[in-house]
Amino acid sequence: MFGTDNFLTSKLESAIGWARKYSIFQYPFVTACCGMEYMATACSHYDVDRFGAGFPRFSPRQADVLFVVGTISHKMAPVLKKIYDQMTEPKWVVAFGVCTCTGGFYDNYATVMGIDTIIPVDVYIPGCPPRPENVLDGLIKLQDRIQAQHDGKPLARPDPRERSFTV
Amino acid sequence: METQDASSLETRDMLLNVGPSHPAMHGIIRIITKLEGETIRDIDVHIGYLHRGFEKMSETVSYNGVIPYTDRLNYVSPLINNMGYCMAVEKLLGLTAPERCQYIRVIMSEISRVTDHLTCVGASAMELGAFTVFLYMIKAREYLWELVEAVTGARLTISYCRVGGVKADLPAGFEEKTRKAFVETRNVLKEVDKLLTANRIFVDRMKGTGKISQADAISYGITGPFLRATGVNFDVRKACPYAVYDRLKFEVPLGTVGDNLDRYYCRMEEMEISMRIVEQCLEKIPGGPVQVDPETGRPIPAAEMVDKGKMGRINEIAGKTAVTDPTLEGASDRVRSTIGVAEKRVFLPPKEDTYGNIEGLMNHFKLVMFGHGIRPPQGEVYQAVEGANGELGFYVVSDGSDRAYRVRVRPPCFPIMSALPKLLVGEMMADMVPTFGSVNMIGGELDR
Amino acid sequence: MNAPSLSELLKTKAPEAVLAAHAWRGDETVTVSPDRLVEVARILKEDPAFQMNFLMDLTAVDYLTFGKTAQGQGAHANTGIAVRQPMNISTEEPWPGRASAARFEMVYHFFSLPLQRRIRVKVPVEESKAEVESVAAMWATANWFEREVWDMFGIRFRGHPDLRRLLMYPEFEGHPLRKDYAVNKRQPLIGPVN
Repeated sequence: MFGTDNFLTSKLESAIGWARKYSIFQYPFVTACCGMEYMATACSHYDVDRFGAGFPRFSPRQADVLFVVGTISHKMAPVLKKIYDQMTEPKWVVAFGVCTCTGGFYDNYATVMGIDTIIPVDVYIPGCPPRPENVLDGLIKLQDRIQAQHDGKPLARPDPRERSFTV
Repeated sequence: METQDASSLETRDMLLNVGPSHPAMHGIIRIITKLEGETIRDIDVHIGYLHRGFEKMSETVSYNGVIPYTDRLNYVSPLINNMGYCMAVEKLLGLTAPERCQYIRVIMSEISRVTDHLTCVGASAMELGAFTVFLYMIKAREYLWELVEAVTGARLTISYCRVGGVKADLPAGFEEKTRKAFVETRNVLKEVDKLLTANRIFVDRMKGTGKISQADAISYGITGPFLRATGVNFDVRKACPYAVYDRLKFEVPLGTVGDNLDRYYCRMEEMEISMRIVEQCLEKIPGGPVQVDPETGRPIPAAEMVDKGKMGRINEIAGKTAVTDPTLEGASDRVRSTIGVAEKRVFLPPKEDTYGNIEGLMNHFKLVMFGHGIRPPQGEVYQAVEGANGELGFYVVSDGSDRAYRVRVRPPCFPIMSALPKLLVGEMMADMVPTFGSVNMIGGELDR
Repeated sequence: MNAPSLSELLKTKAPEAVLAAHAWRGDETVTVSPDRLVEVARILKEDPAFQMNFLMDLTAVDYLTFGKTAQGQGAHANTGIAVRQPMNISTEEPWPGRASAARFEMVYHFFSLPLQRRIRVKVPVEESKAEVESVAAMWATANWFEREVWDMFGIRFRGHPDLRRLLMYPEFEGHPLRKDYAVNKRQPLIGPVN
């Protein structure tokens, strides 16, 4: 009856997964134009609060999802790494906008070509900027990932070499 | 026991890093403050966290290819940036866009200005605790963005203007949509006015903080609502009129003291004035809001036009309007010459020509393919437009090749940010929040 | 308008300082020699004929590859097709060109609020001696603009209170907007150099 794989603990794990996915405390690391679409998604019209993600926590110690919104330059990269390191487990990272996924069209001396070169990323939301519907789609995929982590069958992190395709 | 008076206690200034990732900072900058208690003694502002190499990138793409980069400069009012850049290159070429196109650009610029001020006032109110105001203003901004999407196809990064014109004409029903959007926006502005303008907490935090004198503002090169709040009457639309602003009647709101509250008033007034400008333009725009082919009053289906072109009956189709497939270029009843200059070396031919006859295809090829493209003569120009934060200037140097040699953007919030020590030293720490909010720093513009 | 040309006026006030002047496309432009910059700036600020109280913009241009790109000369484009240089689109008089062959040129844009006039001042700067006097004492806005020019072009400003990098991080080596700095030459602080 007791052990890692039995009925009670797996139901408990699912319940924890369910609770975690509907109470996302995000840290919106907003830098650029995608921030405007992030604002639009968070506000009344497209309302991210109905997914339980309406409460941004502006401290990495209190957040569990790091939304990296907008271009990351090389000057900003150490700051991003520091904030990622300061977050406590369990934590997830969402790369919001194509500048964080692959660098966007800023292929130059100043821009990091994809934040997955610095920190591991769970969900990529491409778009320049992504429409709020895209963001909500990405959020739902993140929720699936959070649930799956607790159902004992975690979804593998997308291979950075295949990052142009959705999971 | 003897009591020591406060002056004999040892004090030390504290260095507080208001770091790059901070909730109340509209963008990523680092402000290193030296605090004595709550009072700010000295600040050092570090910017450049969003430097994306706009000026270097614009040397690697063609003239029209710079337009998406300009969208992302001041990303809350992208149409103003587009317009400024396109007008600079047109000045270099010595061309003027057709009249209707200029009216369209002015309409879209003013709508962009309203969205910028909505975002600025909303975000700075949110930082002072008025979260509802933020939600209301973003709601109004959504209506305007739906309007922009109906015209340009995108909400935020629109790449709408082209060198020599705009991408496509206003769609059918634009006037009606605009009126509805403005009704909603005006309602929101009324509600916000009731919530904030006489609100004791809001007024106490904004009044008297972040003051700057007229002489200092001019010395720091500050323009826009920030300068007008100090009482200096300088608006690029009035001082150096461009496009059709000299035919429009509008006032310029001026403040008196130059503190945060005056800037709030200026921005609220400017939103209303911008909406009135759009309404005036919709009345004055030549050809009315929706265009009709003047000759026959009846457009020809595009397939018929293509057939005639293939059979060589060019004179039967020259100058006629085609009813295009809805997947090509928007509204079906428009006349191409009103939205772009009739200059083959600059403005793309209509799609009916590109797909219909070989001359159009060659014209398209010569403008779009790598190595070809618009080639302005050698020279340099400076074109200033009134951005939402102040004078947005584009200095373009051309060496006669298909790529710009140097594109310099004079960002309006750059001098305002450099004046931050002047605004904040001597104030309390908590005054940094409303002052920084009213600066309306946009990272894309500041760092480029 | 019959307003006197500002560049002509400046030539009469500071004749040895002005190297060239034109008003191409309506923009009054004067080229000034670098050692006379402060004198000319003071005239522009204080003289009642100019009253340039706004320093709108301060930047530099690197003329290293001006007119030397293959496309500019009408040679073969990358596509292998010979590209013929088209005629100038405008039929007005052509740009008079630069007054000197120095690599850099500082460009100052001034605006006079009382007179509502603009003027552009260009100062040629040699590559070997990339230094100019700072005007930060006259217009407070020049402080950050000059820091940016130092950061992007490597031109020093004598008398600047605090000349350090503005947009790039201190560990960055080189000056990105120079024509000989490759556009995607990255110097990351952390992470790979892609």
